[in-house]
Amino acid sequence: MKFETPAGTNPIDRMTVVGKPTSRVDGPLKTTGLAPYAYEHHREIANPAYGHVVGAAIGQGTIRSIDLAEAKAAPGVLAIVTAADAGKLGKGKYNTVKLLAGPQVDHYHQAVALVVAETFEQARAAAALVRVDYARAKGRYDLAEALKTAPLTGGSSDEGSAAPPIDRTGRFERAFAAAPVKLDAEYTTPDQSHAMMEPFASIAAWKGDELSVWTSNQMIDWGRSDLAITLNMPKDKIRFLSPYVGGGFGGKLFLRVDAVLAALGAKAAKRPVKVALTRPLIANNTTHRPATRQRIRIGAAKDGTITAIAHESGSGDQPGGSPETAVNQTKLLYAGANRMISMRLAVLDLPEGNAMRAPGEAPGMMALEIAMDEMAEKLAMDPVAFRVKNDTQVDPEDPKRRFSQRQLVRCLNEGAQRFGWSRRRAPGAVRDGRWLVGMGVAAAFRNHMNMPSGARVRLSPAGVVTVETDMTDIGTGSYTILAQTAAEMMGVPVYSVVLKLGDSSFPVSAGSGGQFGAANSTAGVYAACVRLRASVAQRLGFNSADAVFEDGRVTSGNRSADLRQAAATGELVAEDKIEFGDLDKTWQLSTFGAHFVEVGVDAYTGVTRVRRMLAVCAAGRIINPVSARSQVIGAMTMGVGGALMEELAVDKRFGLFVNHDLALYEVPVHADIPHQEVVFLDEADDKANPMKAKGVGELGLCGVGAAVANAIYNATGVRVRDYPITLEKHLDKLPAVA
Amino acid sequence: MKSFTYERAKDPVAAARAVAGHPGAKFIAGGTNLLDLMKIEVETPTHLVDVQDLGFDRIEKTGDGGLRIGALVTNTDLAADDRVRRDYAVLTRAIVAGASGQLRNKASTAGNLLQRTRCPYFYDTNMACNKRKPGSGCAAIGGYSRQLGVIGVSNSCIATFPGDMAVAMRVLDAVVETVDGTGQRRAIPIADFHRLWGDHPEQDTVLKPGELITAVTLPRPLGGRHYYEKVRDRASYAYALVSVAAVIQPDGTGRVAFGGVAPRPWRVEAAEALLPQGAAAVTARAFAGATPTKDNAFKLPLATRALASVIAQSKA
Repeated sequence: MKFETPAGTNPIDRMTVVGKPTSRVDGPLKTTGLAPYAYEHHREIANPAYGHVVGAAIGQGTIRSIDLAEAKAAPGVLAIVTAADAGKLGKGKYNTVKLLAGPQVDHYHQAVALVVAETFEQARAAAALVRVDYARAKGRYDLAEALKTAPLTGGSSDEGSAAPPIDRTGRFERAFAAAPVKLDAEYTTPDQSHAMMEPFASIAAWKGDELSVWTSNQMIDWGRSDLAITLNMPKDKIRFLSPYVGGGFGGKLFLRVDAVLAALGAKAAKRPVKVALTRPLIANNTTHRPATRQRIRIGAAKDGTITAIAHESGSGDQPGGSPETAVNQTKLLYAGANRMISMRLAVLDLPEGNAMRAPGEAPGMMALEIAMDEMAEKLAMDPVAFRVKNDTQVDPEDPKRRFSQRQLVRCLNEGAQRFGWSRRRAPGAVRDGRWLVGMGVAAAFRNHMNMPSGARVRLSPAGVVTVETDMTDIGTGSYTILAQTAAEMMGVPVYSVVLKLGDSSFPVSAGSGGQFGAANSTAGVYAACVRLRASVAQRLGFNSADAVFEDGRVTSGNRSADLRQAAATGELVAEDKIEFGDLDKTWQLSTFGAHFVEVGVDAYTGVTRVRRMLAVCAAGRIINPVSARSQVIGAMTMGVGGALMEELAVDKRFGLFVNHDLALYEVPVHADIPHQEVVFLDEADDKANPMKAKGVGELGLCGVGAAVANAIYNATGVRVRDYPITLEKHLDKLPAVA
Repeated sequence: MKSFTYERAKDPVAAARAVAGHPGAKFIAGGTNLLDLMKIEVETPTHLVDVQDLGFDRIEKTGDGGLRIGALVTNTDLAADDRVRRDYAVLTRAIVAGASGQLRNKASTAGNLLQRTRCPYFYDTNMACNKRKPGSGCAAIGGYSRQLGVIGVSNSCIATFPGDMAVAMRVLDAVVETVDGTGQRRAIPIADFHRLWGDHPEQDTVLKPGELITAVTLPRPLGGRHYYEKVRDRASYAYALVSVAAVIQPDGTGRVAFGGVAPRPWRVEAAEALLPQGAAAVTARAFAGATPTKDNAFKLPLATRALASVIAQSKA
């Protein structure tokens, strides 16, 4: 089905199942431990061997030699894989850096070897006996230093934001120079780790020249394709499965070394092999969100009208990598006739930077929305009013293009009213015992992306509807919303729908990333269901155009038949995929919201604790309000982490992220998140897809960090522009206490 | 994890003898720290002597009106004990500020005193660390040191003792009781228990090989108001950037020790005598000669401000 014109009325609009709060259909499996995660496919693989990964001990250099004698002689060892004996390996399209080091080491903890043994403990013990002789080379680990000579570079995260190296509208410099009120400030965001709960893990099993890999991956077809490239084998000989994923946040968009080494280890050991990355390896072995250094300039007339806005960002990555597209939202979020964005990309020898939840917008909004707060103060305007004043209903770079839906102003105003924004006082004015109390606001913005997505649907003689697609559920609720979609389309209850996901033998879907998963994968199921409805109508001798599917029956005019009757003589199968025309060129498809945060800053210690949070989102039709809410509160929590504690600490001498475990890379715990509220505005975006839905999983993060930062400023009167806002960044400016 | 042998000791002297007579042997109680370190081969004991059957799980009154806490009393039980909550509240507050409920259920009193530093370079076997591998150097010096020590550290090591419970025990003048393989008993004031690193950061405490902690005793209650102020980036499950254990008397005198700043709970008696003059006077004395890094210099003003909050609460 090609979606080329705005959606008219369709069966989803009935919203008898879609749009209704629906508990996770996979919930009972998960709460009883029956949903197998990547490391747990005991039913399929009864007797695996265990692989343990050895990570490189240097940040940059070469392997002179590897002595495997001791490790090979260790109890239980079956095989050892290194680059020297792995055969020629390719590099996946989505990998910047090869996954197995040797002789060149590209970054710290890059995989050097896999030790396979009878038990996990034997593999781990033997892995420590692999003796690697390295020649350490000087590496580039200092972003600020490297940016001094870094070139302008455009880029795309492959799953969301894209921006050119430099982009101008009007004459920024002149307008900025002439503006009566202006801001010129620099902001930094640190490297961040996805820190998902389930580690990277895979089980690989060979049958002749056919390979099956059970893994934890967000994008089945990307992973399968890149595994075929890496192993130099035909893609159709690989089955790639990821039915349940314990969190990914972008870290599992790509093929990683656990899958590659499980396959190579299984070949070497002539046995199925399972590999999980240990927690201390994950931060440096896998990808991370790159640090940014951003400069923002805003010029405005005295009435608050923005006349000039520029956003420049610098980040670093391995050679051949791409920039963190932190300037992307600045092209679209606020009006202003004179505009400029640009990005610089430095070459660094730190681990590979890549997508993490809302790549581009997440760190970009952390900076831009502090800048807007600072500008509002310079203008003596309320920060909500300043944003409302500079709303635009058209693409500021191309005013002929309108936003398909843009309810930013309503999100801000409704949020302000619900949050009690009118009680906000001047910076440093509110005290509650030892706490300095402040409120902050930020806009939320994240683009919507169209992605083709396929599905197959079956109707059994018993009336069971089965959906098959390689779509993944990374904890987001895909199982549930796809069941709701099929149930709505076929007129059956959710419990009559069986979902089969995350298997490369099913039609290729959008996958999970860039907050595009929900809208596109449900649209794919919609397309397949439209076909299945036509087959049903034909079997029953109905005119498919006016047949109504409801309560297990198909009705047309005064005729009505049991749905099961259509499959009485044999299962019906239909397959289709949603594809898109150029509605996303004609219209700008984006999601909007507003984040409000109240914090307390301890007047003595400078520690910040969030007191309450509110998000108001306008993001198209909400398919399942409870799973959407879960997405947003999780994202808000991640935003608090980014604002207050998350930072991969770079050792610029040795070239590694030092705090590479969950004891020292801190993410919020329950005690950090006392109260969250989420409101979804009614919206249906007919330019997006037949579901009229967009996404919320990343919108819920974009802007949160700045809302926290602005609340801290409102509490203390001290502006911090470097994340995370840990106590030492403002302690010396807080009121004297001793 | 390296292979090791294991035995379950039946009596304390035999346990001490088993460790003393077996190079590379260690005691294990709750294992909440040791097992984690064994998995990444920061600890590589050749033999483990499990002391969990030795009893030592009671909290009893002592003859002089104090408490004797068995070495194997869990953190959870110690924090919840009515006598501790009433008479040694600083200890309960310190314990519940640490780790998580699950860990406190398993962690023992003796093990808590013996927990090892959380310096990230200690945890990464690719990095030089004199504490892990004597003579290999210290990668933390000149590296990422935000969490690390500001006083009592050395040119060999700038790590901290990371615990909370011991900081409270330090203001309470606790005494660590031990036995060795010959049956010899010893009472070590907690002030002397943890070593300053000097040239031997591999030695965390003054315990001799095989010397087994049997109990920690607390002297008679001090009265006063008890505080444990723990400063950290997140609200729970994080090590202290700085902590303050304090017992403040109605006249404004009292005792104070700091955590997260040094190789041991940092208490300077001459400094706490200045409590009536305010926090800045106390910390100026307590931290005289401090050698912070650029990353952790904030711990000095933070210690002052954290103590100021305690003094303010004591006056409220």
